Amino acid sequence: MAKKIRLRASAKGGVATVKALITHPMETGNRKDKKTGKKIPAHFIQTVSGKHNGKEVMLAEWGPAVSKNPYVSFQFAGASKGDTVELSWSDNKGGSASATTKVR
Amino acid sequence: MQRRTFMKGTLAAGGVAVAVSAGLLSPRAVLAAWPKSAFEAKSVSDALSGLGVGTSSASGDIKIKAPDIAENGAVVPVQVKTSIAGVTSIAILTEKNANPLAANFNLKGSAKGFVATRIKMSKTSPVIAVVKAGGKAYSARKEVKVTIGGCGG
Repeated sequence: MAKKIRLRASAKGGVATVKALITHPMETGNRKDKKTGKKIPAHFIQTVSGKHNGKEVMLAEWGPAVSKNPYVSFQFAGASKGDTVELSWSDNKGGSASATTKVR
Repeated sequence: MQRRTFMKGTLAAGGVAVAVSAGLLSPRAVLAAWPKSAFEAKSVSDALSGLGVGTSSASGDIKIKAPDIAENGAVVPVQVKTSIAGVTSIAILTEKNANPLAANFNLKGSAKGFVATRIKMSKTSPVIAVVKAGGKAYSARKEVKVTIGGCGG
């Protein structure tokens, strides 16, 4: 299972726009396996954190109603080119991943 | 496959109590911060009270960008933008989903009043954005028609 985050941050007039694509199944726990008829256990991202130069600017709490392979975007002020942006997530099974990028 | 390796790892560390408790505590610490009651709520008002929002007043300063007709309810792009100053959180809810709350974004420091994501919708329903700013809550809604639901099997 690939745990990947595609992360981009671009600044315009001091405001940075961060865009991220996370690879994650986001199972709701309500879907049934067609072959066995059993419910597929829930597996979804619960928290997503966005950091600008190590300082948290966004902390999202997600439910299973966020789409599979989630897309998330947010903005923050006071950004300049070369700043570090970090995005990390953790799911209900204790899995997690993070990625960093530079503002451009 | 992954579970097997996890079990092996846990058993191997069984003798070292410290390692086990450290390994088991970290996911639980994450769960504690996650507002379970809000996400499991069956109605919009219950979900909002789970987030600590009592009443919200409708505001024209919140713009929800979502399609009028979503062909696939499993992937509905939603963008919330607000010009209200001092935004501390933005929540996205789907009124007619079994569990209305989809996501809650806590914004801190220099964050702007803007979030975008993609959500699942089971059927045609208003999408509600609730913005918290300066201790008050504001809301806006937009009807999205869904032709194929995204919550079933």
